Amino acid sequence: MLRYTLLRLAGAIPTLLLVIALAFLMVHAAPGGPFSNERAASPEVLENLEKHYRLDEPLPQQFVHYLGNVIRGDFGPSYRYVDYTVSELIAIGFPLSLQLGALAMMLALLVGVSAGTAAALRQDSLLDRALMSFAMTGISIPVFVVAPVLVLLLSVKLQWLPAGWSGSNGAAKFILPVVTLALPQIAYVARLTRASVIDVLSRDFVRTARAQGLATKTLVRVHVLRPAMLPVLSYLGPAIAAILTGSVVVEEVFGIPGLGQFFVRGALNRDYTLVLGIVILYASLVIAMNLLVDILYGVLDPRVRQR
Amino acid sequence: MKKSALVLLVLLAAAIVGPWISSHGYAATNFNLQLQAPTLAGMHWFGTDELGRDVFVRTMLGIRMTLLVAIVASLVSLVIGVTYGAIAGYVGGRVDALMMRFVDTLYAMPFIFFVILLMVAFEQNFLLIFVAIGAINWLDMARIVRGQTISLKEREFVEAARLTGVSTARIITRHIAPNVLGIVVVYITLTIPQAILVESFLSFLGLGIQAPKTSLGSLVNDGVNYMESASWLLLIPATLLATMLMSFNFLGDALRDYFDARRAR
Repeated sequence: MLRYTLLRLAGAIPTLLLVIALAFLMVHAAPGGPFSNERAASPEVLENLEKHYRLDEPLPQQFVHYLGNVIRGDFGPSYRYVDYTVSELIAIGFPLSLQLGALAMMLALLVGVSAGTAAALRQDSLLDRALMSFAMTGISIPVFVVAPVLVLLLSVKLQWLPAGWSGSNGAAKFILPVVTLALPQIAYVARLTRASVIDVLSRDFVRTARAQGLATKTLVRVHVLRPAMLPVLSYLGPAIAAILTGSVVVEEVFGIPGLGQFFVRGALNRDYTLVLGIVILYASLVIAMNLLVDILYGVLDPRVRQR
Repeated sequence: MKKSALVLLVLLAAAIVGPWISSHGYAATNFNLQLQAPTLAGMHWFGTDELGRDVFVRTMLGIRMTLLVAIVASLVSLVIGVTYGAIAGYVGGRVDALMMRFVDTLYAMPFIFFVILLMVAFEQNFLLIFVAIGAINWLDMARIVRGQTISLKEREFVEAARLTGVSTARIITRHIAPNVLGIVVVYITLTIPQAILVESFLSFLGLGIQAPKTSLGSLVNDGVNYMESASWLLLIPATLLATMLMSFNFLGDALRDYFDARRAR
């Protein structure tokens, strides 16, 4: 198991390096420097600025320097938010985004697994078909359509929930963003769970347990859910990526001052270091999640470790 | 499946002829007619937006732009995926292992953020949008084509070509590629909605299609700003986008099941 874990860990490091290198190259291959759309500054000022941010050094040297800083958790100064470093901005925005993302993930797993299992146990019933068409709809409709439509319906027309972030407090303001963020993931998890539970229900050991007179409730809880959860587990990596993407939209629509909003502002303002830093953080999160899933897979299914 | 295909045909027709039906220009502003609700009078069937522009024409052009970007981006992903997969599958051995390892690595990356990074670095270049979105979706294509190529390269006609001294590059382009196209076309139907999602996501954030040009994603974005007073600005493009995505997904699922069943036989 230790060997397996170490192998996986060794596999993740080159991926992470590749991500950082790619992101770094993309930003530096851009035409024009970060200061080129500033009001005409004198050449001396530009030269000093470039020297200050080490932009006059050769690219490989800049990269090594940047990499060294990133490993120490320093993403450099923000080009647009004067007086802030990128790490400080991340420290401001990230906790809120993390809270949103974690809540959405928990909601997606809870509702998705329950709905999927319920649908699988009553296969082809009205409930099953209703849940699955709902899931297909949830997968097809993007977050940036769901979010404003829900705000229009529940906040503006019916006035049940607060529409914005600032000005309202308490848990109520979390409801809409979290639900919106979770909806497509609920749909994916429900579809995966349903297919997987149906597959497990047709196995021999389930038939044996049934023949021995085990009640359906116990059967599902004790024998079915654990093996059926493996495909759901492997979906967690893509789910994290999707929730990060979705949180960018949700934070924009609901006006939540999280990392996603910094990201969009940074992208629109061409704040290179900020965007670069957030991309690297997001990529690391996704890679870490995939690594965790791989390791958990090894724990749950010994056959995986042998390969 | 037939219903989805029909809906898509209607949307395609709307994209082609829609902009010509109305007499209004897509960028023509009219400051006497701002945020007018949909009405038959004055030919503003979908109303007007905050600048008094006709929403019907803009919506039709939005459908056109969204479909155009999605189809061209899917073709880009087709070219990259087929070339990559065919080379990996045909050459085989260590090259194949290395190339597929690279694909596995890319799978673990949150691509959308790299596209945004590209958009930041190179301004919102129109051509770049096509290429960047196409460059996201080629991974599945490469895997499928590689699998097909491995089974194709043992066939007699490929062997015959090799024996008569046809070059590897020519065998791949002339003998392998045409034979994998069938399955590739099915997967294109599933690639298109993904491309639509990415394009409209970017446009929604203001990083994709730039005004006065428009796509369904940027129309939804415009609509969000005025949804309290002029909800049609949000609801019309949102409904159309959702319908389009659902139709592609249903059609793609059905086609894949159909072809898989046929291949299993």
